[in-house]
Amino acid sequence: MALCQIRVVPRVKSRPFRGMGFFLGSWVNMLINKCNEQGRVSYLKEEVRRIEGQALAELEKAESLEELQEIKVRVLGKKGSLTAMLKRMGSLSPEERPVFGQVVNETRDRLEQAWAEAAQSLEEQALALRLEAERLDISLPGARLKHGHQHPLTKVIEEIEDIFLGMGFQIAEGPEVESDYYNFEALNLPKEHPAREMQDSFYITEEILLRTQTSPVQIRTMEKLYPQLPVKIIAPGKVYRKDDDATHSPMFHQVEGLVIDKGIRMSDLKGILLNFSRRMFGPGREIRLRPSFFPFTEPSAEVDVSCMLCGGSGCRTCKGSGWIEILGSGMVHPKVLEMGGYDPKEVTGFAFGMGVERIAMLKYGIEDMRLLFDNDLRFLRQF
Amino acid sequence: MKVSLEWLRELVNIKLDGENLAEVLTRGGIEVGSVESLSEGLDQVVIGQIKEMQIHPDADKLWLCRVDTGSALLTLVTGAQNLLVGDKVPVALAGAELPNGASVQEAKFRGVVSQGMLCSAEELLLDQSVGLERSEGGILILAPEAPVGEHVADFLGLKDSVLDLELYPNRPDCLAMVNVAREISSLTGAPVNLPKWALAEKLGDKLDLPLVQDVKIVIEDPELCFRYAGLIVEDVKIEPAPEWMQRRLRAAGVRPINNIVDITNYVMLELGQPLHAFDRDKIQGAVHVRRAHAGEVLTTLDQVERKLETDMLLIADEMSGLGLAGVMGGLDSEVTSGTKRLLVEAAHFAGVSIRRTSRRLGLRSEASNRFEKGINPYGVLATLGRVSELLLEIGAGRPVGYVDEVSYLPPLAEVTLSVKRAGEVLGTEVTAADVKGVLDRLNFEYTETQGLFTVKIPSYRSDIQIEEDLIEEVARLTGYDLIPTTLPAGDLTQGMRTPGQEIRRRLRQVLIGAGMNEVLTYSFTRPDTDRKWGKAEQRIALMNPLREELSVMRTSLVPGLLEVAVRNLSRRNTDVAIFEMGNVYLSEEETLTKLPQEELRAAGLAVGKSERHWLSPVLEYDFYYLKGVLEELAKEFGLSFAYRALTGEELLHPGRSAAVYLGEQRIGFLGELHPRTAKELDLERAVVFEIEVQPLIEQAGTQVLVQAIPRFPAVQRDLALIVPKETPAAAVVAKIRSLGGELLQEVEVFDVYTGKQVPEDRKSLAFSLRYQSLERTLKDEEVNELNSRILEGIQQEFAAEWRK
Ligand SMILES: [Zn+2]
Repeated sequence: MALCQIRVVPRVKSRPFRGMGFFLGSWVNMLINKCNEQGRVSYLKEEVRRIEGQALAELEKAESLEELQEIKVRVLGKKGSLTAMLKRMGSLSPEERPVFGQVVNETRDRLEQAWAEAAQSLEEQALALRLEAERLDISLPGARLKHGHQHPLTKVIEEIEDIFLGMGFQIAEGPEVESDYYNFEALNLPKEHPAREMQDSFYITEEILLRTQTSPVQIRTMEKLYPQLPVKIIAPGKVYRKDDDATHSPMFHQVEGLVIDKGIRMSDLKGILLNFSRRMFGPGREIRLRPSFFPFTEPSAEVDVSCMLCGGSGCRTCKGSGWIEILGSGMVHPKVLEMGGYDPKEVTGFAFGMGVERIAMLKYGIEDMRLLFDNDLRFLRQF
Repeated sequence: MKVSLEWLRELVNIKLDGENLAEVLTRGGIEVGSVESLSEGLDQVVIGQIKEMQIHPDADKLWLCRVDTGSALLTLVTGAQNLLVGDKVPVALAGAELPNGASVQEAKFRGVVSQGMLCSAEELLLDQSVGLERSEGGILILAPEAPVGEHVADFLGLKDSVLDLELYPNRPDCLAMVNVAREISSLTGAPVNLPKWALAEKLGDKLDLPLVQDVKIVIEDPELCFRYAGLIVEDVKIEPAPEWMQRRLRAAGVRPINNIVDITNYVMLELGQPLHAFDRDKIQGAVHVRRAHAGEVLTTLDQVERKLETDMLLIADEMSGLGLAGVMGGLDSEVTSGTKRLLVEAAHFAGVSIRRTSRRLGLRSEASNRFEKGINPYGVLATLGRVSELLLEIGAGRPVGYVDEVSYLPPLAEVTLSVKRAGEVLGTEVTAADVKGVLDRLNFEYTETQGLFTVKIPSYRSDIQIEEDLIEEVARLTGYDLIPTTLPAGDLTQGMRTPGQEIRRRLRQVLIGAGMNEVLTYSFTRPDTDRKWGKAEQRIALMNPLREELSVMRTSLVPGLLEVAVRNLSRRNTDVAIFEMGNVYLSEEETLTKLPQEELRAAGLAVGKSERHWLSPVLEYDFYYLKGVLEELAKEFGLSFAYRALTGEELLHPGRSAAVYLGEQRIGFLGELHPRTAKELDLERAVVFEIEVQPLIEQAGTQVLVQAIPRFPAVQRDLALIVPKETPAAAVVAKIRSLGGELLQEVEVFDVYTGKQVPEDRKSLAFSLRYQSLERTLKDEEVNELNSRILEGIQQEFAAEWRK
């Protein structure tokens, strides 16, 4: 602002010499007029300078945008002091008017600029103050967004479903209260077959029981779909057996799988289950098949997956063997195909069944199966 | 089946140790549950001889013994009172870790240092019968020939491992040592060395003894007894069996009794055929194999009087029962120290009958187990041959003849196997040479023409009946690892959920998104709570429940949720918002003749409030929380539920409950527990809902149709009314809607107030109304006019007062 004042002063000093080239006719009169005019002009200019000087000083001192605004109105507004100076221009000669007008306008420009600078500076200060004032404790926890949690077992079932859907399987379903025929007989387990003892059942009548396995869905699906090929389903669901301890629950979940087509081979079973194991337990997993026995498959195989905890070197979970048993499987027994309506000379198939609880326990490191049905919210909220 | 490695090595030439053999068997399909070393914990227990004994100077119940352990003379203190100078006893040296887990250290007993410990049979986890009879109740006293200084384990033949086989029901043959040996030979190629009696069908089904006439066998029920043979033995001398036999029996978990009983058990373990020895002098007349008479009783060997039923098979003489066929002998015909003559029974009973009897009486034995799973019908006589041989070998008696009644002998099976099909089923290349190799290792006889094998199945492998069974043998013995991994070659199939499956999944996600936690409870429940919440008249009961609390199939999901809530609150989990989706089970029938209806339901429960949070307000669960959840659910499927007041409800708060309707169909309910119910369960202010899922599946909008976003501005007006307290807000909303016409796009309740500012019997309701036209900008005047018309209509209808 001091710079502005330095610029103004020399111009004012040069002014007395400006009118020297005017004609001599009414020289004296003119001189008198001139003198008067000169006096008024310099007085007005002086006034403008004073207004400017004072305004600049005020701008410098202003501490708020409101104050600035007030100064602007008082000096530059319609009724402001600088604007008023233009109104007093009428007393000046036509020659002096534009000159003076220019002086006033230039002053206005300078003041406006000065005002803008002052305003910006005050805004910045205000912003800085606001930012400081609004500082938060970023260590405090965020707002609570409440959502619930899915039970680990349904979560694992959905994951298994998604994997098999991706391999072109459909999801089939069957009743939980099942007839002896579908649960046993059609699965090559006639009455009094010693293998029935592998599964202690809950009966409702002599002929109706809670299904002990999801395998009856195999027969129901075949009956429903025959003669369609290929048959490619999984069947998740609840099953029931008379056991209750740390490793058995009287109700638990299985996922059954069934594929039937012309030319299905045991190697296809191995391929599908390898795919599944890698999607479920990680890309590096391997599987191995061990001979086993199920009445409704022949040949039958127990499937082990390389331990997901130690990678196969042996640990507590895999009892040092590097392998963990995850499911039972096999080629569909010819009698079962027949029961389902398919001709075992024409088609072959494979089937598998896995325990969902076991997979959930392996996946999440759950050591006691009872936790899964205890429904303690501190447990459930971890999923 | 417990298999002694020492015994096994006599039958098959294997070099493998227990652990490696277990691995081979398990990989071959015979699962080994455990491998136990019999000498575990006995490596610091040696044989000592008592040289001197004196009573402890300060304790008259304790003995100080000077015991020679070969390398030292130790002072040992014992409280046992059964010892004599000169006895051979087990001495646990300081530092020993005994099989029962105890660790032995030098210790002072009333001022005298004991330099180790004299052990009882129990402390060494041994059977008392390994020592003299005087061992009873005290220190184990070993036979006089026990060598001083040697390890007790060595002397007792405990340098042995026992494999516990967990057999599948298709391999009952492996309940015989000879067949385990055969299996190991097939898996490893090691040669077998079996007694000739193991090759039953090669023996011509007769014994080198005369068939006697004076013992008559009458099979009265050929359906349940296919064969009954007996060995007649005279000059019987009852003694303990030789040590080697006792040792093997103990390793197999069978307690030695006397030479006769031990021989029958030993041969059963060896060849798989159960045997029973009767005292022949206690049999009067012919031996009958018949069903028990009504009301007949029999006292079995375990001295229990058993009430028999008429479908139980009995061995009887002319007077009374001698034994329960295949399950347990009778006490009266038992072999005793005075027995002179025997009838040793080897029979083939129907497994079904044996299983029924043993289950019904709760009596399971090594014999019944074998009959249930199926014995080798061709091995019956051969087994008696082996008994006869052992009787002579150990001088326990003189076999003089035998009887043999056969009612049915199943034919031997012949199964064909195509090499091509084996390859097709397995998905790997199988050659005729592969098949030959496998059949040779199995020691099966066969003929082959052009890749088609005809195989004679030996009598002990009754599990092999069809081609697939043989294909499994090929895969098993060549190794399942040789099967490659491929993918099915057929038509591409599309994997997708049915609409119903998709809706169930979305339903779960909505409830979770609304803050509820999924729980899973049992499908069976307590009859009393289920009766309250469900439909007792449609309920199904289990015939054989685990316990009363799990004895009926649920007809409502609510009791399960209540139980979970109570459990969580008792554990101070005070924010409980839970749901379950699952079936209830309903039947119109008293006794089920067809499957019941399984109805899928979703139920929720909320009680308590969210944890305090420094910023977010505490959420207290109430009626409106769960109603909001249900509204969200309906919206997700493009539906809306109607709520109608419930009447006559005893479990729910009459003023805070509603029936939930989808259209005109009642699909469930929502409500706060009745204060009485809540108090009973300590679930103050809990709210529950239960709805059927199927109606949602049937009516859910499967497709979302987007509505255009309006181009012209909306006009918002608020309307506050004071109405009688009982006026339902929904009724006012409905009236506003009908009065507002099509320009009124939305009406929402934004405030409900009761309190000082309004009279006691009134409440204030505030609505926000949104007017909008799809074609033009609305003028203020027309909105004002509409608004006043609405106000007028409402005032008339509800005795409402405008609150400016
Ligand atoms: Zn591991």
